[in-house]
Amino acid sequence: MAAALHERVLARWSSAAREAVIAHGTLVLVVDPEVLVEVVGSLKREFGFDMLLDVTAVDWPGREPRFDVVYHFYTTREFVRVRIKTQVPESAPVVGSLLPLYNAAGIAERECHDMYGIEFRGNPDLRPILLYEGFVGHPLRKDYPKQLEQPLIPYRK
Amino acid sequence: MSADVPAARHPGALEYLTTKKDEFVGWARKFSLFPYPFVTACCAMEFMAVSSTPYDTDRFGAALPRFSPRQSDLLMVVGTITHKQAPVLRRVYEQMCEPKWVIAFGVCATSGGFYQNYATLPGIDRIIPVDLYIPGCPPRPEMVIDGIMKLQNRIAHDRHPIITDSF
Repeated sequence: MAAALHERVLARWSSAAREAVIAHGTLVLVVDPEVLVEVVGSLKREFGFDMLLDVTAVDWPGREPRFDVVYHFYTTREFVRVRIKTQVPESAPVVGSLLPLYNAAGIAERECHDMYGIEFRGNPDLRPILLYEGFVGHPLRKDYPKQLEQPLIPYRK
Repeated sequence: MSADVPAARHPGALEYLTTKKDEFVGWARKFSLFPYPFVTACCAMEFMAVSSTPYDTDRFGAALPRFSPRQSDLLMVVGTITHKQAPVLRRVYEQMCEPKWVIAFGVCATSGGFYQNYATLPGIDRIIPVDLYIPGCPPRPEMVIDGIMKLQNRIAHDRHPIITDSF
C-alpha cells in the first residue's frame, strides 16, 4: 500500500523534485524552497497526508547551500510516511511557513528556528521556545562551540 | 522515696536535664528535615524508590516532603538543571527560611554529569551553596540514606545560633 501511494506521489511530483528516492521504505523528495509550500499543499489535499510529524534541519558545513530543512508527513488513512527536504543557503536561510496548512507547524518551526536559525516566512511567532531570550547563536549549528555556555545568572565566586 | 513506688508516680523525677544548647538544637533539627523535592529528571525514579516504604526515610525524620520552599529546610535537587531553570532554582533557594541545607542528588545536580553543552548547568554549586553531594546516575537508595545520615551527623555537631551569632 505504501508503494502504491509512493508511485502516485512520484508520478505527480518527480518532475518538480531535484531528487526522489525511496530511503528505508520512505519516499524522500528534495524540492526547491520556492515550490515547497505548493508540493506540501498538494500532498495534503490530493494524497491525504493530513499530519505534520516534525520539522527539523541538517547543517552541512562547507556545502552550498548549507542547510537541509526536513519535513515528515503522515497519512492517517493509509498509514504512510513521506519526507520532504529543501535546501537553503546560509546567507538567506528562509523557507515559507507551513502554518496555513498545518497548525502543528507553528511550534515545530519555532524549535527549528531556535536550534538552526532557519527563518520561516509567514510564521508570526518565532520567539525562543526551548532556548531563552538573550541566547546568542543557534546551538545545533555545527559551528556553535560545543561547550559554550550562556548562563542566565552569574556563577558564585 | 521507698523502693516499691514506681518513678512515674513522682512527677518531679525528671523535672530538668542538662545539656548543651547546640547539641540539643542540633538533635532536634537533625530529626525534622522537611525536604523540598526539586525534581527535574530521571533521578526522580530513584527519589520515589527512596521515599517508598521499603527504605522508609521517616526513620530519619526526612520523609515528609513540603511542596512550599517556605516550609522546608532541606532542598533536594534531584536531576539535571538547565540554564533556563537556574533562575527558578535560585528563587526557590532564596525563599527557604534559615536554617536550610541543600543536597545535590545524582551526578547531574552535582556536576552536570555527562552533559557539557549549551543547555546544562554544570553543577548546582555554581549558583547555590551545596551541603552534600550524592553521586550516582542515579544513586542507589542506600547511597541516599547514607547521605541523609551524613547530613544528620553534620547537623548534630554543627553550631546552631538561634538568638544571636554567639548564642
